[in-house]
Amino acid sequence: MVTITIDGQKVQGEKGETILQVARRAGFEIPTLCYHPLLSPYGACRLCVVEVVANGRLGLQTSCTYPIEEGLEVLSRSPSVVEARRVVLGLLLSRTPQVQLIQNLAREYGITEPPFPTETPEERCILCGHCVRTCNEMVKAYVLNFSERGIERRVGPPFLEKTRQCIGCGACTIVCPTGAIEMLLNREGVYFDKEYAVYEEKPLGPTAAIYVPSPQATPRVPVIDTDTCIRFRQQDRSNGQIEDACGACQMMCEAGAVDFTQKDEVLDLNVGTIIVATGFQLWDAHKLPQYSYGKSPNIITGLEFERLSNAGGITGGQILLADGRRPEKVAIIHCVGSRDTNAHEYCSRICCMYALKHAHQVRDKTGAEVYEFYMDMRAFGKAYEEFYERIQEEGVTMVRGRGAEVQVLENGKLRVKGEDANLGKLVSVDVDMVVLSTAIQAPHDAGKVASLFGLGRTQDGWFAEAHHKLRPVETNTDGVFLAGVAQGPKDVPDTVAHAGAAASMALALLSKGEVTISPTTALVDEKLCSGCKTCLSLCPYTAISFIEERQVAFVNEALCKGCGTCVAACPAKAIIARHFTDEQIIAQIEGLFRVPELVLA
Amino acid sequence: MSDKKFEPRIVGFLCNWCTYAAADTAGVSRMEQPPNVDIIRVMCSGRIEPAFVLKAFAEGADGVIVSGCHPPGDCHYNNGNFKTFRRMPLLERLLEQYGIEKGRFHWGWISGAEAPKWAQLVRDFTEQVRALGPLEWKRQLASKED
Repeated sequence: MVTITIDGQKVQGEKGETILQVARRAGFEIPTLCYHPLLSPYGACRLCVVEVVANGRLGLQTSCTYPIEEGLEVLSRSPSVVEARRVVLGLLLSRTPQVQLIQNLAREYGITEPPFPTETPEERCILCGHCVRTCNEMVKAYVLNFSERGIERRVGPPFLEKTRQCIGCGACTIVCPTGAIEMLLNREGVYFDKEYAVYEEKPLGPTAAIYVPSPQATPRVPVIDTDTCIRFRQQDRSNGQIEDACGACQMMCEAGAVDFTQKDEVLDLNVGTIIVATGFQLWDAHKLPQYSYGKSPNIITGLEFERLSNAGGITGGQILLADGRRPEKVAIIHCVGSRDTNAHEYCSRICCMYALKHAHQVRDKTGAEVYEFYMDMRAFGKAYEEFYERIQEEGVTMVRGRGAEVQVLENGKLRVKGEDANLGKLVSVDVDMVVLSTAIQAPHDAGKVASLFGLGRTQDGWFAEAHHKLRPVETNTDGVFLAGVAQGPKDVPDTVAHAGAAASMALALLSKGEVTISPTTALVDEKLCSGCKTCLSLCPYTAISFIEERQVAFVNEALCKGCGTCVAACPAKAIIARHFTDEQIIAQIEGLFRVPELVLA
Repeated sequence: MSDKKFEPRIVGFLCNWCTYAAADTAGVSRMEQPPNVDIIRVMCSGRIEPAFVLKAFAEGADGVIVSGCHPPGDCHYNNGNFKTFRRMPLLERLLEQYGIEKGRFHWGWISGAEAPKWAQLVRDFTEQVRALGPLEWKRQLASKED
């Protein structure tokens, strides 16, 4: 432990710590701009200067770089310190007069006007080097650095050219204190350009690669998305050569709970029943370009709206446009990708009700005008119709006609065009925000899941139930059940009912303790079997085994499902298919032709 | 000679889970089909031996249909239809060698959800076989031996 004195007060620190670290921990206020706890100290902004007594002499030193020594005396707010900071802030304010952060700091030291003129008042970069150090020390992409000297000094990639070294992680944009770096939406590369106005992206999703999935997540622990996490991306990108990029979360975690070595565990379970509840994914609204999804940040899907409106979301539940303003007019378009021969022909079932809910939320939270473009209103459930009535009474304008097109106008507004079938007229309205109720569909890997469990799929892509009216939770494979939207679009009450049914049937099967098997199993006649083993490789259920002692095949009736493939293949006709024997089938064929022909109409 | 229109007799070997279900749905939904196809149900198209098809023609069928679940993933028994997929082209060549014209044998895949496709097949194939006229294979073979 090392003891130093700051402004007459004794404070303690560890050897190797800087004055700034010790001072801040003890509660002394020292302003900084270029300091960041996770980056190496830089000493560039000179704001953190303090007076240090060394060898009997007073000198101004940057507290962020000066290591503590036993007996050091520090003055953190002496007149020279204050004057030094004032000069520095005056210079900074003159360089970047429009940056709020600098304005605020300068005001604290009595400066309200920039003391010097500048030819580039829109400048935002204060040359603090946060971005440079982040890119080099944490991300280890080595894209950004300083170049030139004096007033020409600037930050950027080599020669300010776009470079493929940039992994588009956005760390520089996050760490920049003044918002001087913009990240282009197409992620081609970080384009550091002073001419761009500050663009503060308000992403409608998690803002970091490590995040708690939702406020209600159980257990309430963060997860790391390895696709966006810098550490994992750099490992992938460099074939493992860069192993320790970033790791900021691990550094900050006081509990030491971040473990990058965790891997997915593959569990081998023996189970009696399986319930497939794999849900849905959203259809991609980019596929119908007439809705201009992706061309304006104010055209969002219903799910994105849900997140916007959620109290745990990034706006705290306020309905805001991308630039932070409140919308005055909102359009909600139904059936985007549903009931459409160019997308999905089916109805997604849940959208009418949530679209009405969204209309209510917009009216309630912002008072904006709401235009709801719908084809038919599907308010089929308990109290749903009454809710629809209530929304109409709230003053939502219902336009009965499919929203045909959304145009992004030059001024950023969105022009929604459609036909109002009730009026018999084409209508057009300019709004600030458009919410697209996009279709839901089977997840992209539904085919693989189906093969895995022997499930069929209906034409609309959802998993096939055993009977679409009478057996909604069973499948054609015994012991495998379906629950929820995996079987078809349904809302929460219906999903609960459906899943409850699946759970009951699964439990009933388990508690019975025995399984009914197909009676149409195959049987090998050992006298005829020549041991050619043709049937063995054909069975999809590996139900046929070979008895070495007698050199004959044997069918396990518990596994045999009775498809008859082995029967058709056996060259010796040694296997019979119970209830579908050759004799029986041939008898049917003969029966068709050997009775007197009935007169065909 | 009666001048009744020739009514082809067609035998269809359909797998229980897909095409048979489609045919059932087509019937229940009262989709229009001529009555010329007689259906023999098997559990899987993989059960169908070429001998059945030959037997059908021998007994007097003018046309034969074999239909099962769509490969690669629809087969209720996983890959029974793969075996059918391998057997049918060979059978086609065999039939031609025995003097049964190409248009008399149709093999394909119709899933349980494709009832209209089944009805359309019945309509189209009936006309296709009607145009070819009666096969009378037994008589043909007998006359060739003379």
